[in-house]
Amino acid sequence: MKTDAEQPIYLDNQATTACDPAVVEAMLPFFTQAFGNPHSVEHAYGRAAEEAVEAARAQIAELIGAEPREVIFTSGATESNNLAIKGAARFRARLGRRKVVTLASEHKCVLESARALAGEGFAVEILPVGADGLVDLERLDAALDEETALVSVMAANNEIGTLQPLAEIAALAHAKGVWLHSDAAQAAGKIPFDVRSLDLDLVSLSSHKLYGPKGIGALFVRRRPRVRLEPLFSGGGQERGLRSGTLAPALCVGFGVAAELAGKAQAPEAARLWDLHRRLLDGLRAGLPNMIENGHPSERLPGNVNITLPGIDAQALMAAVPELALSTGSACSSASIEPSYVLRAIGLDEASARCSLRVGLGRWTAVEEIDRAVGLILAAVARLQAAA
Amino acid sequence: MTVCYLDYNATAPLRPAAKAAMIAALEVEANPSSLHRPGRAARALVEEVREAVAALVGAKPLEVLFTAGATEANNLCLAGTKAASVFASAGEHESVLAALQGTTLPLLPDGRLDLDALENLLKTAEQPVLLSLQAANNETGVVQPVAEALALVKAVGGWLHCDAVQAVGRLDPALWSEADYVSLSAHKIGGPKGVGALILRDAAPLAPLLRGGGQERRLRAGTENVAAIAGFGAAALAVAECWRAEAERTRSLRDRFEAGLRALAPDAAVFGGDAERLPNTSCFAFPGQRAETLLIKLDLAGVFVSSGSACSSGKVERSHVLTAMGIAPHLAEGALRFSFGWNSSEAEVDQALAALAGCLKRGERAVA
Repeated sequence: MKTDAEQPIYLDNQATTACDPAVVEAMLPFFTQAFGNPHSVEHAYGRAAEEAVEAARAQIAELIGAEPREVIFTSGATESNNLAIKGAARFRARLGRRKVVTLASEHKCVLESARALAGEGFAVEILPVGADGLVDLERLDAALDEETALVSVMAANNEIGTLQPLAEIAALAHAKGVWLHSDAAQAAGKIPFDVRSLDLDLVSLSSHKLYGPKGIGALFVRRRPRVRLEPLFSGGGQERGLRSGTLAPALCVGFGVAAELAGKAQAPEAARLWDLHRRLLDGLRAGLPNMIENGHPSERLPGNVNITLPGIDAQALMAAVPELALSTGSACSSASIEPSYVLRAIGLDEASARCSLRVGLGRWTAVEEIDRAVGLILAAVARLQAAA
Repeated sequence: MTVCYLDYNATAPLRPAAKAAMIAALEVEANPSSLHRPGRAARALVEEVREAVAALVGAKPLEVLFTAGATEANNLCLAGTKAASVFASAGEHESVLAALQGTTLPLLPDGRLDLDALENLLKTAEQPVLLSLQAANNETGVVQPVAEALALVKAVGGWLHCDAVQAVGRLDPALWSEADYVSLSAHKIGGPKGVGALILRDAAPLAPLLRGGGQERRLRAGTENVAAIAGFGAAALAVAECWRAEAERTRSLRDRFEAGLRALAPDAAVFGGDAERLPNTSCFAFPGQRAETLLIKLDLAGVFVSSGSACSSGKVERSHVLTAMGIAPHLAEGALRFSFGWNSSEAEVDQALAALAGCLKRGERAVA
C-alpha cells in the first residue's frame, strides 16, 4: 500500500492493521457534523449518533451471525476478554460455579484475567496444547465439570495461527453447563465464523485487527440461552448495563464498516492470502531448507506465518532487515526480550523460540512485497551466517 | 432552520486541530508496542500526547494512564484503590456512584460538599480512606471545595480522587492538581470520544481493572487507541493555550443567557446559583414546567440541550444531584441544562432565549 521507499514493508498484520481508506472515509463525518453524544437522545445530534452506532452494531452482528442486540461495544479485545472472563466467572460464582479453564497458548489478557480470578479464590486450570497448537479434547473434557463457569479458547492463535475446533469444544462444554468464550480477535472476518453454527456463548472481537480503527472492540453476549455477566465498568448503564461509558460513534462506525468489508471479501481475500503465504514459505525454504513452520500445517489462519530459522537469532535478523516490519510474536509483550510463551507451549526450547519470526501478511500485502521480503531475509541470513 | 447545540457538558464538537491529528494518526499502521520502525513512530506519537495531557493538568507524563474514557478512569480508581473505606459526594457522576462501595456524603443546599459531614466521618472511618470528589458538577456546574477536602483527607493520611472531567479547560488546574488521582475525558474538551485518562500521583497505589499485555505501566492493558489519543493531544494543546480566554468568553455567553432568562421569567430557579459555578453551565427550572415538554419544544425549534446528564439512557429521571441539594421534586423535574463551549456564539444564546420565550408563550403555565 505504501509507495514511499522510506517506509518499511509492513508484515506485522497480526499486531495491527492499517485502516481501510473506506473505513476512514466513513468515520470522517462523525468527527465534525455528527459529533453528538449517542446517549443524548433528547436532541437530534444525539439521535443521529445513536442511529450510526446501531447501524454499526448490526454490521458487526452480521459478520459473526449474531443479532445486533447481542453485540456490546468495548474499548478493544483486551477489555472484551477481561469482561467476558471476569464477568462470567463472577456472575456464575454465586451459583456455585467457581472454576475457569483455558489454554496455555491464549492471549496474555486471557491468561492475566484468569490469574486475577485465581487471586479472588477461583479454581483456574490452564491446559497444555499439542505441538501443532491444538487443544487436547480429552484433557479438556476431563478438566470441565459441573463447577466450571467458563472455558476460554481462542479461535485463531495470534502468534502461530492455529485454529481451534470450537464447535467440538462447545459440545463438551455445554454437556456440563459450561459457557464457552472465544477470543476471535484474529479470526473474525478472516475465516468463516458463525456464532450459531459454532454454538458460542461469548466472543471477543477487535476492530484494529480487521482494518478498522484502534480503541474499539466488541463482545458477543448470547441471548438464548441467556449468558449473563457482572460488568467491569459501572455508571450510566450504557450497553444494556454491561459496559458504562460514552460510546465513540466515529470508532463504532469505523468498526462497523471494517466488519462489513471484511465479511464481503472474506473468501477471496483468504484465498489470496493463502497464495502469498505459500509463496513466502516456498521462497524462504528454497534458500533455507531447514526452516520449520510453527503451528498446524492446515488448520491455520491464512497469512499468519510463524517460522523457526535454526541458528539464526530472530532479533539479529530483524535488525539486519530494517526494510521489513516484522515481529517475534505478540506486540503486547514484544518490548520484553523473553522468548514467546506460545512457542514454549508448543514445545520449542528456548533456543528455537529465540530463532522464530512472525510474518503477518494482510490486505495491503502485494506479491512483489513477498518476493522482496524473501530476497531481503535470505540475504540477511547469509550475511549473519558469514559473520558468525 | 438554524440549529444550535448548547449541550457541551454532554459532549463538545471536535476541535479542528483534533480532527486533523486523528486523520493523520489513522494512517499510522503500526501497533505502538511493536518494536519495528512504524511501531516506534506510533509509540512516539502516544508519548507526545502523554506529555501534552500531563502539562494540561500539571502532572508528570509518567503519571498519565490512558483509558477508554472517564467512566473507565473513575471505575479504575474506585475498583483499584487500596483504601479501607471509600467516600464520595452524593453529587458525583453515575460512574463514580455506581462503582462506589462505600458511603456517600451529603451536599449543602448550594450544591457544595458538606465539609463538616466529611470531617465527622473521617474521625471514625477505617483508615486509609479514599474520597472521590469532582472538581465541578456536570449538571449544575457547582465547583467543589477540593482544596479544603484534600486538607481534611491528608490530615488522616488518605487519598483524594478528583473527577475533573467538566472542569478541565474551564477552571484553573491548580484546583485539582494536588489530588492523588484525577479523571479526564477527551470528548468534553473538544477531543474525540473513546479516550480519557486517569492521572496517578507517584505514591498513589492502584490495582488494574483490565489485565493483559502490560501497556500503561501494567495498569491498563490493551492496544493504545492511537488515533483518539492523537486527537486528545491536539485538544489538550489547544485547551492549554486558550482556556482562560475561552472560559471568559463562555462566562459572558452564560451570563447573557441568564440575564435573558430572568427577564423572561423572573421566577426561574437557577440551581447552584449561590455557589461558584463552571463559567459555561446554566441549570434552571421554570416553576410548573416539566423538562420533557420543554425539551421536545426546544428540539423542534432546533435548540439542543438536555435535562441533565446524557448517560441515563434517554429516560428523564429526577436528578440525583438536585435531590441531594434538597431541591423540591416538582422543581427538579423541570430542570434544564444549557452548557456553552468553544464554538458557541451570542447568536445561539439569543436563539435559545427566543425559543424558550416561545415555549413559555405557547405552553400554558400549569400550576405546580
